[in-house]
Amino acid sequence: MIEEKHGLTPYKWIDNYADYLYNFTISRVNNSDLAKDLVQETFLAGLKSAKNFQGKATERTWLVSILKRKIIDHYRKINSKKGQAEVRMDFYDDGENKGSWLEEHVPQNWDNASEKQIENEELRNQLEVCINKLPEKYAMVFRMKTVQEFETEEICKELGITSSNLWVMIHRARTQLRKCMEDNWFNN
Amino acid sequence: MFRNLKITCDQATTICDKNQYREASTKDKIRLCLHLIVCRICVKYSKQNTTLSNLYKGHSQYCKDVKHCLTTKEKEDLKALLEKNKE
Repeated sequence: MIEEKHGLTPYKWIDNYADYLYNFTISRVNNSDLAKDLVQETFLAGLKSAKNFQGKATERTWLVSILKRKIIDHYRKINSKKGQAEVRMDFYDDGENKGSWLEEHVPQNWDNASEKQIENEELRNQLEVCINKLPEKYAMVFRMKTVQEFETEEICKELGITSSNLWVMIHRARTQLRKCMEDNWFNN
Repeated sequence: MFRNLKITCDQATTICDKNQYREASTKDKIRLCLHLIVCRICVKYSKQNTTLSNLYKGHSQYCKDVKHCLTTKEKEDLKALLEKNKE
């Protein structure tokens, strides 16, 4: 059997690793249904490839490496939807004044900014609404870098992107978030 | 020499964003500083960016403190599925 031959204990996987893998996934994709699907796929893939387990890493590390591949696959899937559902806002001129602010997107003064910075649930909810309005790949990279505070190198490795790609996405995400928070929180 | 240091608002705000994570290079920081001397809009962006970074930090701490768990029922379903797919 699998467990005897390779030292794996699939009958204990759910009790030992399900919550860990679920937390790992949700910190990256922030969607509970998707996270559950990816965890399930990971366990099934683990069963299927149990014969390849060489015992060089721990069972958990091995399962996480399978899960990471599933997350990359998901990222590639959303990345290949380029331009389809992506609502990309242009904040800068693309013509004569290339790179300058477009008049309609120039940052406005924020009313009562200091009062509005007080941490509360309403603010967190608004922030989540704004993050969720971002194109999925931007939201994913932004969450990993800013919310989960992963190292740049780690994100690039996990998602198979360059650091230039990452900074472009972070910049676009933060520019859109600033505008969204300005419209819905600071000047609302 | 200074021509090489001249950047657009798009480039300046990109550096400003990178700097929020303390990952902008020294050259980029010099470019940003020079740009901020002449661009009041980007100065405003930069100040608001710092405010937002503080908000994101608070949000980050809150998110990290939340532990997500599968329900007992979800775990039982997963166990059944694994059992079914076992060799």
